[in-house]
Amino acid sequence: MQGKHMEKILVLLHTEADGSLGRAARECLSLAASLGKYDLAISGADASAAANSAEGSAERILCIAADEFAVPRSSTDSAAAEMLIRTSGATLVLAPGTSRWSRALPMAAARLGGVIDTHAVGLEVVGDSIQVKRWFYRQRIEGTVARSGSPWIVVIEPGAFTATEATPRQATIETQSLELAVSPRTTVEGTISTAAGEQTIRPDAALLFVAGAGWTKKQKDGQVHFADAADRIQTFVHKSKCSLGSSKSLVDLSSEGEAVLPFLTHLHQVGQTGSTPRHRKGLATCCHGEEPHVVGWRFINERRAVNLDPNCGWARGKADVLYVADAFEVMKELNALLD
Amino acid sequence: MPYQIIVCGGIAPDPLQTLEPAMGPAGPALKNEMMLPAVFDPWAAHALYEAAHLARQFPGSSIRVVTLAPKAKLQQVMMTVAQKLPFELIPIDGPGGGFTDAVEVSKVLAQAISAIPGIDMSQFLLFGGWESATRGSGCVIPMVAARLGIEDCFLAVDELKIEDGALVIKERVEGGLLQVSRCSAPPAALAWATGSLPEPPNHPQTGMANMRAMMPALQRAKPAGLTGEGFSVPQATLPAQQRQTQVVKDKPAAEISRELLEWIKG
Repeated sequence: MQGKHMEKILVLLHTEADGSLGRAARECLSLAASLGKYDLAISGADASAAANSAEGSAERILCIAADEFAVPRSSTDSAAAEMLIRTSGATLVLAPGTSRWSRALPMAAARLGGVIDTHAVGLEVVGDSIQVKRWFYRQRIEGTVARSGSPWIVVIEPGAFTATEATPRQATIETQSLELAVSPRTTVEGTISTAAGEQTIRPDAALLFVAGAGWTKKQKDGQVHFADAADRIQTFVHKSKCSLGSSKSLVDLSSEGEAVLPFLTHLHQVGQTGSTPRHRKGLATCCHGEEPHVVGWRFINERRAVNLDPNCGWARGKADVLYVADAFEVMKELNALLD
Repeated sequence: MPYQIIVCGGIAPDPLQTLEPAMGPAGPALKNEMMLPAVFDPWAAHALYEAAHLARQFPGSSIRVVTLAPKAKLQQVMMTVAQKLPFELIPIDGPGGGFTDAVEVSKVLAQAISAIPGIDMSQFLLFGGWESATRGSGCVIPMVAARLGIEDCFLAVDELKIEDGALVIKERVEGGLLQVSRCSAPPAALAWATGSLPEPPNHPQTGMANMRAMMPALQRAKPAGLTGEGFSVPQATLPAQQRQTQVVKDKPAAEISRELLEWIKG
């Protein structure tokens, strides 16, 4: 793609809490390298050190590393991003779609009079311009976006590109200190895991395991078996170290006051109003595979489902294999095999 | 202290509908878009329920909903939403689909909010959904906040508590974690994820009272005047992801589990 366009590219990154560059940042660097020459800007704790560890083809490096920028916070992050973009003079800004940048970069775009597109899963050079590939209607329609405004901030969806291995070098770093117009009014108190202390979506897991509402329904004996359901699900999750997801219907039961599996929260929800995780494989149990849920499976490559209904959504081209079977029995056997 | 809460939210096709893009002279749209049943955007709806919850705790608080949508369609959706809680509707007539520019939409919303008389920034909270079910960009609320001069913006919010006047907010971040932040006071912008509140039951009397003010507002709704300048969607297609599903029946659970184990480990 090199040389086919006239954009001045800036890769805009932030450091993680430990001062390193995350995987999404390295994916962004990899994409930028495929486009040609670029400048690199990093904000956050130990930004200078992170710049030295970054992939080595950047032409110019800008850093903002004051203490105020160590924590994820919209006011300071957006101010840092605004200054870095303005200083670089970039017309195209590539940034990883982390929660931190997703919060701050739209604000920076608005203040710069620029434009922004998020969830980019591809970049194409068409003639002399760049088009961004992204999804619409929660992964139900894929399309391309073209723009003429600048600076154009393109927020790259994590997992959409391959991360390069770091090729460290001692870079010449131009460090700029940022003066805030106002003192931050927000303090970050830290992070907490979900109330139940149970894992949710684990991006690095190979398998997504989805527990649907069927786990809470009456079984063959006419009774519900919450304890058995919870035991089978949690045992499988712990033994297989998979990512745990759920459908909206199961998660919603708790807010409607019905007895549910207490470790499943809205953070587990996969689908239209939940997450769209990326895993190599996905196993759905007691879930009907309705479209609003399955849109969250867009980036699950191999899909299998266990459900008693042979006409459920999974059977209609949404899964590779549907086992028409009792998930209680199958998971009990599977857990025994995992010992 | 009472709060002035403004909720930005659009409409979206009912999630159970089949969606198909159709290219027209002005770019893509959904096939039969005006015929599709619509709902209030799911995450914006959560924002609205959270706004009602907050307003109940602090008497004197007000809730306004600023919506950019085709007004005929919006009127249908409001017949249901208006029954949930009392609020004032500020409609803007324009396209509500996913193929519009988030940047331009944010300008229109910010202009509409700026034109509301009596906004006190020391009581002002901007609410909205984290991402719409149409465009799904997740950047409209932060951009509206920036255009209104609000510096404290929170994305994917699941909880808001008021402690001694400060806003204590939990946001979803990577790894299934929640980031806890404390903002000293309004103004602030909160783009809500699911939150923790159930959908309020319908209350017909509230609906009738709301609609009495909403109908004239809908009739007076100003056109958004979106031009789409500098923005285009040259291509929109359905993903070709239909699978040839193998339906396995009458297989013992033990055999299925062995097959699954092999697949998981493979």
